[in-house]
Amino acid sequence: MAMATDVPKDSFRLSMLIYDTRYRSYTIQIVVLILFAMAVAWLLNNTVQNLAVRGKQFDYSFLWQRAGYDIGQQLIPYTNDSTHFRALLVGLLNTLVVAFWGCIFATILGVIVGVLRLSNNWLIGRLMTIYVEIFRNVPLLLWILLSYVILSETTPQPRDFRVTDEMAAAGEEPAASMMLFDTVAVTNRGTNIPAPLFDRGLGTLDLGFMTLNLTFWAILAVIAGSIWVNRRILASARAQQEATGDRPVTWWKSILVLFAPTILLLVALGFHLEIPELRGFNFAGGILVAHSFTALTIALSLYTAAFIAEIVRAGILAISRGQTEAAFALGLRPNRTMSLIILPQALRVIIPPLISQYLNLTKNTSLGIAVSYLDLRGTLGGISLNQTGRELECMLLMMLIYLSISLIISSLMNLYNKSVQLKAR
Amino acid sequence: MKKTVFFGALAATTLLAGLASAGTLDDVKARGELICGSNTGLTGFGAPDASGNWAGFDVDLCRAIAAAVLGDATKVKFVPTTGETRFTALQSGEVDVLIRNSTWTATRDSELSLDFVAVNYYDGQGFMVKKDLGVSSAKELDGATVCIQTGTTTELNLADFFKQNNISYQPVTVGDDSEAQRQYLAGACDAYTTDASGLAASRATMPDAENHIILPEIISKEPLGPVVRHGDSQWGDVVRWTYYALLIAEEKGVTSANVNEVATSTTDEEVKRLLGVSGDFGAKFGIDNAGFKTAIAAVGNYGEIYARNIGEGTTINLARGLNALWTQGGLQYAPPFR
Ligand SMILES: N[C@@H](CCC(=O)N[C@@H](CS)C(=O)NCC(=O)O)C(=O)O
Repeated sequence: MAMATDVPKDSFRLSMLIYDTRYRSYTIQIVVLILFAMAVAWLLNNTVQNLAVRGKQFDYSFLWQRAGYDIGQQLIPYTNDSTHFRALLVGLLNTLVVAFWGCIFATILGVIVGVLRLSNNWLIGRLMTIYVEIFRNVPLLLWILLSYVILSETTPQPRDFRVTDEMAAAGEEPAASMMLFDTVAVTNRGTNIPAPLFDRGLGTLDLGFMTLNLTFWAILAVIAGSIWVNRRILASARAQQEATGDRPVTWWKSILVLFAPTILLLVALGFHLEIPELRGFNFAGGILVAHSFTALTIALSLYTAAFIAEIVRAGILAISRGQTEAAFALGLRPNRTMSLIILPQALRVIIPPLISQYLNLTKNTSLGIAVSYLDLRGTLGGISLNQTGRELECMLLMMLIYLSISLIISSLMNLYNKSVQLKAR
Repeated sequence: MKKTVFFGALAATTLLAGLASAGTLDDVKARGELICGSNTGLTGFGAPDASGNWAGFDVDLCRAIAAAVLGDATKVKFVPTTGETRFTALQSGEVDVLIRNSTWTATRDSELSLDFVAVNYYDGQGFMVKKDLGVSSAKELDGATVCIQTGTTTELNLADFFKQNNISYQPVTVGDDSEAQRQYLAGACDAYTTDASGLAASRATMPDAENHIILPEIISKEPLGPVVRHGDSQWGDVVRWTYYALLIAEEKGVTSANVNEVATSTTDEEVKRLLGVSGDFGAKFGIDNAGFKTAIAAVGNYGEIYARNIGEGTTINLARGLNALWTQGGLQYAPPFR
């Protein structure tokens, strides 16, 4: 802006918009903005006109109509009498649950592989390299299909578990049997696991727009309370240690506070497990974890873990060798050096790219359609879209939802990122 | 000022685009090729053979339309569509007509802005199970896992049927017929449900066809027929009357073998009009006056098409049943050609 003083203060001429560096960038920006607005207006206008030609209006009221179809996996109550909106919610939860477990497993596995890949042990290091290269370089869809096919073609059919009278008389064993003390059955359709049941449940609270399962929330509240009290105990122990140099014994208090209230509550509610048993065509009772869910979660975790491993490795390599040497000089063992010195510093490098891996994983859940997993794409963007013929509405809404999920994940992760960044003290 | 011109031009072009897409008949003629939405592969109804030539009951109707409009039954491009993609393909203009086991329903006629112009196969939804499952009625399927194709009417009927009978099931929603078959054969579902004709066609391709049975219950009405975009009645008429021409031909005993001879010798006035010997009906529909004759010569009448692709004696082996002519106690009935 040193130039500004040299410019004679003469009157404003139109040509200055182009030739004067003070105005030129504004001119360009305004022109581009107008062009952009016109392009958007043209797109909108075109869409509206074409919809009108086809005799369709833009209308979301179908969301409140009866859906009429069934969904295999439902985390909230849903029947074919529910609305399309309810189906959307069921699909959304199915998306989120895969994303949630996928992110957790991928992170754990990714960190382990990333660290091991730097191991001095030649064999382990090479094995991890092979893992990373194989998973990174084969399309995710193939991994999903592969896990699904393996799960569904190598496991027995439900009827293989059946013991007929003749077999019992002949003392024959069925072709397949349950696992883990006869509580879990893996069939070619899914994994049947025991379901938690309560004799004296607290019922549900109807809030009008949704119902709350009070039993679930009560247990969650007690667990959260226990964890909070435990932290208070540890904090006061630390305070005392700092003040007096003596750390009071807290382990039995912690165990008591962490477990006793929850166990008491469970007993009071009459908690017991419902074991799946073969009835008719399938196992009844318990919870069915369909193979589509398992396959999708496994494939997403393994695939994303390969990328996370690379990010972790790069993060660790970014920490100068001097840090390790200094830690060794202080007599820290390699394990502790890694967990106390290297990883905390590496986190700062790791987290930003990690966020985008989480976002990728979440968006990639939409590939579940390939194994008949009814997520958001399968319900709102699949069956609802097809049965109502509201392509544009469904697609826009679905994009909006994926966008919001991504923005929420990245803003949460950014908060976490801020908390681990170097703080100037 | 400039802006108004710009938007005016814009409105005009979009309007023109709208109008242009309304005249499918002219589009097809100008292109010299009919684009027909078909199955991804359902033996007997629409599937490419080993050398890539499409054949089947629905495919022959496409060929008949191409013969009537373009004078050549081979000038058809088949675009495979799944239950999920078929209507979008039609609405967006990717295909000119959709002939693919599609059920005529109120929603599809109204909300989806489509027009079903005829019913070329009266069908209903059935269930297929393996014989060794020991099931003889669909009502015994309580608790079963059922494979179902997404984007279909059958998906909705299935939910209704189980609800009405107060029994439960576990749906496995699949994308197309081949995936459904794979899952069913692998034992991932106890039963596979779709149109009974589709079940018969699927069973015909299974290596152990005799080990599978189709249960007696037919749980819905599935009138399958050709579909065009709503608002293009001229094209709708051509498709509808090409189909009726094939029906009338069967009723009057006109076959691909004798059509030329009949055209010269017949004394039946309706047949004369149909074959373009008298009157100018072809021209009124906007096609060659002998267009319907060309169609019959190319693919035969309805009965011939049926017998060749899905009739008794073929691997699909479907009796005419509801699809017999009205004169034989069936439902196939064409309005008079006058
Ligand atoms: N008629 C039903 C079902 C149509 C349907 O999808 N049929 C199956 C079997 S009958 C089919 O054509 N599958 C072949 C494919 O997926 O390409 C409808 O219109 O919704």
